[in-house]
Amino acid sequence: MTHPPLVEARNLSVEFHMRRGLFSRGPAPVVQAVRNMNLSIQRGETLALVGESGCGKSTLGRAMIRTAPIAHGELIFDGKDITTLAGETLRRARSRFQMIFQDPYSSLNPKARIFDTLAEPLRVHTSESTAQIRTKVSEMLEAVGLDPTFAARYPHEFSGGQRQRIAIARAVIVQPDFIVADEPLSALDVSMQLQILKLFDDLRDRFSLTYLFISHDLARVFSFADRVAVMYLGKLVEIGTAAEITTNPRHPYTKALLAAAPSPDPTIEADREVPMLSGDIPSPAFPPPGCRFHTRCPIAMEMCKRIDPEMTHFGNSHMAACHAAAPGLSHLNTPEPEKDLLP
Amino acid sequence: MSVLRRLIPGKRDMLGTIGAGILLFVALGAVLAPMIAPYDPTAISLLDRMQPPMWLEGGSLAHPLGTDNLGRDMLSRVIYGSRISLAVGVAAVIVGAAIGSTIGIVAGYFGGWVDSILSVVINAQLSFPFILLAIFILSTFGGGFWPVVLVLALGAWVNYARVVRGTVMSVRTQDYVHAAISVGVPTLRLLRTTVLPNTLSPIIVVASFSMAQAILAEAALSFLGVGVDGANPSWGVMLNDGRAYLQTAWWLTAMPGLAIAITVLGGNLCGDWLQDRFNPRIGN
Repeated sequence: MTHPPLVEARNLSVEFHMRRGLFSRGPAPVVQAVRNMNLSIQRGETLALVGESGCGKSTLGRAMIRTAPIAHGELIFDGKDITTLAGETLRRARSRFQMIFQDPYSSLNPKARIFDTLAEPLRVHTSESTAQIRTKVSEMLEAVGLDPTFAARYPHEFSGGQRQRIAIARAVIVQPDFIVADEPLSALDVSMQLQILKLFDDLRDRFSLTYLFISHDLARVFSFADRVAVMYLGKLVEIGTAAEITTNPRHPYTKALLAAAPSPDPTIEADREVPMLSGDIPSPAFPPPGCRFHTRCPIAMEMCKRIDPEMTHFGNSHMAACHAAAPGLSHLNTPEPEKDLLP
Repeated sequence: MSVLRRLIPGKRDMLGTIGAGILLFVALGAVLAPMIAPYDPTAISLLDRMQPPMWLEGGSLAHPLGTDNLGRDMLSRVIYGSRISLAVGVAAVIVGAAIGSTIGIVAGYFGGWVDSILSVVINAQLSFPFILLAIFILSTFGGGFWPVVLVLALGAWVNYARVVRGTVMSVRTQDYVHAAISVGVPTLRLLRTTVLPNTLSPIIVVASFSMAQAILAEAALSFLGVGVDGANPSWGVMLNDGRAYLQTAWWLTAMPGLAIAITVLGGNLCGDWLQDRFNPRIGN
């Protein structure tokens, strides 16, 4: 960690103001989708961001490419504060950070040929000639494993996997430094997921990319990510290297997510008791007091209802925010993690 | 039209084809008028005045739809009349669609106070009696082709604005719009290359209905004496001319009236069909 990070969020919060009911009194409710987030990503690194639906991971991803409103905190990109960048300066800066969306069926303009979709980033960020753009689009299509002649077609002529390749090509064609991939695999078949993941891997090496890879599937991202960050209800609960998180998870939520992943071995899978997290994720508009996870935590203590735990270091840049996992209180966490989570 | 359609299930495409056929027929008549009209529509022949259509007693093949009070051939006048009616309709649709779609896209995309202001303008326009506004403007500033087109566009733009605003409000939430924003496409360019193409189908539907309305409105304005003043009469002017002879020579008003009705029916059938075609829940 000697180099300065490529992207760094400092106490970043994203808030959405809900509309007040027509006859309701009091101020309009504010949803803190992301709360006091501290996260830094090194150049060339792949950080996987995992968590349940609605935990704010997509919002954080969008905030990190400045498409979600930042309420508090700072966002540093390559040493520059881009928190308050606006208008034309922000638009120009966008060539350096791009996004890949979850659903390739809705992320491509249905009325535009593939060529125009891929040429658009080049047209708005470079002054290249049409001939140069044609060459680049062809090269990019080949780079993502598609036939260059596909450029003349429309999105509806392609399968989900092919569309996601096109969406990836659109993000990579301006040669950005940083790419936020928002659940890019979850709309695809399992067989296709591995191919696309491999493509992400290839492109990372070829174009020296840095990824924030958002996923709800912890098992899928381990082999691919350098570090894993686990998010719950707008806050980071645990972060560490992929190996640390898999072998030595500290936070009960991380343990639950790990235990929820099915095993590829059918005999193990048949006997496995799936530890379910009870209940739904609480509404981010009305988060529980104290530790936000305490309403569903199998090892919640009295203090968890009152005091929000701080991030604690466990060495090797492994951090977790849990009272029970904190070093002084580790004796409370002695039972086997799997047993902890049984209802 | 929807009642008719329900009576004949599965015949939507047929009705649409009929509508498109009617419009094509009228358009061809307008373009080829000098070749197919048997007489000069302005040639006065007082000896032949007030001849009834050929299938009535006293009618002749020389004037299939009869002649008017100055002995001009009705068939030729109806054919030539389509030129003005269609030209006014098409021009009004283009001008109205351009104004209305621009306002609708701006209101729908930007939302907020821009939308609030434009919505007030739209509602104000909707609540103002169009024919009163049209008569006021045309009688103050004078008639003619372009003034009538502008007045008709003024009456029609709200239809585009409302439909386009609604469509854009849903289009702007689509991922491909978010993708274009995050790519760094400038807003005006984004509206042109991404939002507009995805808003085109409702615009075409409104244009089709609006074309029929414009033809009808032009006829009404001409009938009221504030319409297009040209050497070649429009259908509305013919209606007005024939009004005095309704008792004695009904064909002076019936023929242009029929021409208007058939053309408007064509436009509406076509619009209805397009609406279904572009509706993913009904169309294919």
